[in-house]
Amino acid sequence: MKPLIYLDNAATTRTAPEVVDAMLPYFTESYGNPSSIYSLGAQNKEAVTKAREQIAQTLGAQTNEIYFTAGGSEADNWAIKAAAEAYEGKGRHIVTSAIEHHAVLHTCEYLEKRGFEVSYIGVDENGILRLDELEAAIRPDTILISVMFANNEIGTIQPIKEIGEIAKKHGILFHTDAVQAYGQLPIHVDDYQIDMLSASGHKLNGPKGIGFLYIRKGVKIRSFVHGGGQERARRAGTENVPGIVGMGAAAQLAHRTMAERAEKERQLRDYLIRRIEEEVPYCRLNGDRTKRLPNNVNFSFQFVEGESLLIMLDMEGICASSGSACTSGSLDPSHVLLAIGLPHEIAHGSLRLTLSGETTKEELDTVTEAVKRIVERLRSMSPLYEDFIKGKNKA
Amino acid sequence: MYSEKVMDHFQNPRNVGEIENASGVGTVGNAKCGDIMRIYLDIDENQIIRDVKFKTFGCGAAVATSSMATELVKGKNIQEAMQITNKAVAEALDGLPPIKMHCSLLAEEAIHAALWDYAQKHGITIEGLKKPKSDIHEGEEAEDEEY
Repeated sequence: MKPLIYLDNAATTRTAPEVVDAMLPYFTESYGNPSSIYSLGAQNKEAVTKAREQIAQTLGAQTNEIYFTAGGSEADNWAIKAAAEAYEGKGRHIVTSAIEHHAVLHTCEYLEKRGFEVSYIGVDENGILRLDELEAAIRPDTILISVMFANNEIGTIQPIKEIGEIAKKHGILFHTDAVQAYGQLPIHVDDYQIDMLSASGHKLNGPKGIGFLYIRKGVKIRSFVHGGGQERARRAGTENVPGIVGMGAAAQLAHRTMAERAEKERQLRDYLIRRIEEEVPYCRLNGDRTKRLPNNVNFSFQFVEGESLLIMLDMEGICASSGSACTSGSLDPSHVLLAIGLPHEIAHGSLRLTLSGETTKEELDTVTEAVKRIVERLRSMSPLYEDFIKGKNKA
Repeated sequence: MYSEKVMDHFQNPRNVGEIENASGVGTVGNAKCGDIMRIYLDIDENQIIRDVKFKTFGCGAAVATSSMATELVKGKNIQEAMQITNKAVAEALDGLPPIKMHCSLLAEEAIHAALWDYAQKHGITIEGLKKPKSDIHEGEEAEDEEY
């Protein structure tokens, strides 16, 4: 068995040992309910508060503006559904982008079925939101703009500052899905004029099943889960104390190491991009070259289908992902790759490699060699490549 | 997700390649949904399939079904080849995940398309063989949601 090379950190990350260490006592020793009076419980209230503070600090937010959720998808659902409900007196129009995560897109579709109107703003060929289109879409009844901080597939970082300004100018609530960006990029909610922000623990070496929604003080937003008084009665249910502690520890760790890690990842990212571009013919880098998450590499290889590529990489111990139809569980390739204008057959041949702070140059050398070999092999079996070569020879 | 047999045929596909001056060539599927299959047949004067080759752009299941389909038709006469259904291809691979069943349909269609090409070139009629639905760039939406 070859050593595992894990390059799917946008899917999930390894929980950091120090995060696990921070969490462990809250399973077996300090297992009390934070809502209880006795100290076994009450001390856990402090642990939850501490985690909330750790997170608030990273965002320049106030402690009571952080609401724990079961993850990024829940935070997105909550932000959009509850804002829609709270502000429908003002209007029933929402603006978002065409390349959002499905947690946002499917929530918007859900609202469309219930009488809301949604404008899906397009992006340019690098996946950057068209700001003029965004501004043109705003109407007197627009109540929410929701645009992701950075894209999960192609890593493109959005002009969040400009979007925040547009939202502010028009008096519209601004939500950002920062699941991929939080812990990778510095985010200050006031600088960006963000009203709500979603994040997830397991994308930044924290545990799975925990995330949070930042809600700016003063934003009217309905309770998402009704029940007890937890999370200021907006999201009821006994707190996931180990998860919350892990989320806090992971947030702190990610922000402490951010500058150094991002710089290292950027260098490795650009090294991998350069090698693939130089050594694998007929490939295309998807996403913006510089306005890009430090750990994201996304290529399309012409005449090759993504799932085949992933299975062959897996056989060599390399974990990656693709936007091909076969890996999305549907027959359509990724909506993100189609939105940046890729034809279907090229969208089917995409490969996403996402680095971590632990990724090494040697690993990337191994991966480059594997990609070269596998792409060549799949092309030798591809009727599209055969036609292309024959056409080329004729010409 | 895939059976051992599918993985075997994906990793070690049988009969990959082209046949020069093939008796019949059929290409089906479309790039839009991510699968294109091309089958080359070498058919002798007794209407026996002497050789068969394929090229496929597609997922693991698409490659494996192409490979299995070529194994199943090799050495058969054209009437026997006509009897090979997508179900038979899938069964020979110990089954396919439901979402991948369309791949096996593609294999059946590719064989039929190659036989049609052979029949056209030789001015014969093969019982039960219909003209392939379309070329690879048309009629793509229709089958999307069947499975």
